[in-house]
Amino acid sequence: MNAELAIESHDLTRRFGKLTAVDHLAMRVPRNMIYGFLGPNGSGKSTTIRMLCGLLTPSEGTVNVLGHKVPGDAELLKQKIGYMTQRFSLYDDLTVMENLQFIARVYSLPKAKQLRRIEKALQTYFLSDRTRQFAGTLSGGQKQRLALACATLHKPELLFLDEPTSAVDPQSRRDFWESLFRLVHKGTTILVSTHYMDEAERCHRLAILDHGRMVADGSPQQLMDTITTTVVEIASASPQDAHDALQEKEGIASVTQLGQRLRVLVEKSIDDPIAHVKTFLKHANVDAQAEITRASLEDVFVASTHKQVSDAER
Amino acid sequence: MLNVSWTRIYAILTKETQQLRRDRLSSGMIIGMPVVMCLLFGYAINTDVRHLKAAVADQANTQLSRQLIIDAQASQVLDIIGSVHTGKEIKELLDAGKIRVGILIPHDFERRLEQKDRPAAQLLIDGSDPTILGAARSLTSITLNNMAGSVTSPTKLFEVRNYYNAERRSAVFIVPGLIGVIVTMTMILFTAVAIVRERERGNLELLINTPVRTGELMIGKVIPYIVIGLVQVTLILLLAIILFQVPINGAVIDIYLAALIFITANLMMGLVISTFAKSQFQAMQMTFFFFLPSILLSGFMFPFDGMPAAAQYLAEVLPLTHFLRLIRGIILKGANIGQMMWDMYALFVFALVTLGLAIARFKKRLE
Repeated sequence: MNAELAIESHDLTRRFGKLTAVDHLAMRVPRNMIYGFLGPNGSGKSTTIRMLCGLLTPSEGTVNVLGHKVPGDAELLKQKIGYMTQRFSLYDDLTVMENLQFIARVYSLPKAKQLRRIEKALQTYFLSDRTRQFAGTLSGGQKQRLALACATLHKPELLFLDEPTSAVDPQSRRDFWESLFRLVHKGTTILVSTHYMDEAERCHRLAILDHGRMVADGSPQQLMDTITTTVVEIASASPQDAHDALQEKEGIASVTQLGQRLRVLVEKSIDDPIAHVKTFLKHANVDAQAEITRASLEDVFVASTHKQVSDAER
Repeated sequence: MLNVSWTRIYAILTKETQQLRRDRLSSGMIIGMPVVMCLLFGYAINTDVRHLKAAVADQANTQLSRQLIIDAQASQVLDIIGSVHTGKEIKELLDAGKIRVGILIPHDFERRLEQKDRPAAQLLIDGSDPTILGAARSLTSITLNNMAGSVTSPTKLFEVRNYYNAERRSAVFIVPGLIGVIVTMTMILFTAVAIVRERERGNLELLINTPVRTGELMIGKVIPYIVIGLVQVTLILLLAIILFQVPINGAVIDIYLAALIFITANLMMGLVISTFAKSQFQAMQMTFFFFLPSILLSGFMFPFDGMPAAAQYLAEVLPLTHFLRLIRGIILKGANIGQMMWDMYALFVFALVTLGLAIARFKKRLE
C-alpha cells in the first residue's frame, strides 16, 4: 500500500440481507487532509465508516487503514484512530471530567500525560468551566465539543467523524470546523461524513456516495468543474409554472426552485441548453429568462445522485 | 493477547463505580433487598407447622377417647375449634376450608384398640398443602404411640433427635440460605443488564472502538459488584446474628471465601446473559429464568434429597446448590471449607466456564 494513503479499499461491500448498503467501494484517502463523505441518508456513509474502523465485517472486498488490514488487525488500529459516533456515545451520567478521565485511562495514557492532555483539551474545546457538569445535561454544541475532545485525547493519526454536526447550530459548526483544520495542521487525517453542502465544500477532498456507490470523487473545485450537466438559471414571475413546464422533460436532469429563480440541470448531450429549456417554457406559455451559470456543489450532488437513480430505474 | 492492561481495567471499574453511585435504584437495591428479604423470609417462612385448625367427632365419648383429644391438643399441632357428631360434618368443614384436620373417633373405639389389625380412629387431613399433610401425619404417630402406651407396653421404634437446629426454628435454617438467594438475585441482575445497557444507551459503539479488550471489560465490570456482594453478605450475616440469633459455628473467613467465589460465579452468569439479551427487559426475563430453578431446585425451599435423580443432576449445575451446602455446612454444622472442597471446585469451574463463554460471546463488533 502507498504510504501516502491513510485508507485504501477495494471492492468494499456490505450487505444486510437483500439490501446492499455499500457496493464495491474503491477508496483512496491521502494522509493529512479532510476527506468528506457526502451523501443522502441511507447512502452507506455510516456503514462504510464502521467497516473502516473494524466494527462491521465487510461482505466482500479488502480494507487497509494506516497499514493495517481491517477487520483482521482492527485491534492494533484502535490506539491510532479516533471515532466520533453519529449519536452522542459518551456517558450521560458521568461528568465532563470523568468522561475525559475514562477515555484517558482506556487509551492507557501515562498518569502525568493524562492531566496535561485533559487540561489542554478542556481549554481547546472551551469546556474548562463545565468539568463537573454531567455530560447528559450539556447543550448540543457542548456535547459535540466533548465528543471531539474525547476522540482526539490520545492524539490519533486518523479521525473518523460520522455526521458530527447534525445536532448543532451554525456558529458551533463554524467553530467545530476551525478545530478540525487545526487538527489537520498538526498532521491528523480526518474522514468526515455529512449531508450539508457548506461542510462538504470545506473538505480538501470529497466522495459523493449514493446507494452505497461512489458516484464522484475529487476536490470540491474539481467536482464543480467536471460536472456532467450544464446549469441553467431561470428567472420567472411564475416560477411554479416554469418548474412544472420543465419537470421530468427530455434532457432535463433536475429542476430546483430557489425563491423566484430555478436551477435547471441540463444533460451535457444537449448542444444548446438555453434553447432547449426555452422550447419547453414557450410550450407551456411561461415567460422567463434563462442563462448558463457556474455549477455549485449542490448541483454536482444533485447531478451525480440523479444519474444513479435514473440508472437504477432503467 | 495476554498483555492485560490494569490501567484499562481500572478505567472500566472506576466508570462502573461512578455510574453505580449515581443510580439511586441500584444503590437502594444493594442495601434494601437484603434487609427486606431477610426480615420477610426470616420471620414469615416457617416450615414448622403448628396450630392447625381442627374439629373432632367423638362418637365413643369414653375416658380414653377424651384423653386422645387432650393429647392431640397438647402437641400444639392442633387447635381444636369445634366438635361435631359425624364424619360427614367433618368432611363439610374440610371442604369449606374451615378446618385443616378432623379427628373421627368411632363408637367402637375401645374395642378397635384391642384388635390391633384395625385402626382405632381416623384423621381426616386437608392434603392440598403437602407441608400440612406432613405435619398432621407426624401427629398420627405421636398420638397413637401415646395411646398404645396406655393400653400395651410402650415400645418406641425410633427416637427422633434433631441435630444442628435443635429448637427446630425455621429462621436458623432459612437465613443462611437467604445469603445465597439474595446474592444470586442481585448479582445476576447487576451484570445481566451491564452490557445491554451500554448497547441501549449507545455507549457500546464508542467503547468497542477503544483499545479495551473483552476480558478487561468483563473483569472491570465485575470487580465493583464483587465488593457489593461481600457487603450484602456481611449485612445478612449481621441480621442473622442480631435478629434471628443464628449461631455461627464455623469460621467467618470460610464464609467469606465461599461467598467470594459464589458471588463471582453469579456475576459471570449475569455477563453471559448480558451477551445474549437484546434489551434490558430481556436480560431481566432471562435472569428470572435462571433464578427460579435456582430457588426451587437448590434445596433452599424443598429438600434436595427428595428430588428425582434427573432434577438433582440439574441442580448440581446451579451455583446456589453448592453454596447452600457450603454456607449451611459452615454456619450450622461448623464445618471447615477443607471438608467441602468439591463444592468450592464446582463454583470455581462454573465461574471460569461462564467467564469464557461471556468473552467468546462478546464481539467487539456491531453486527
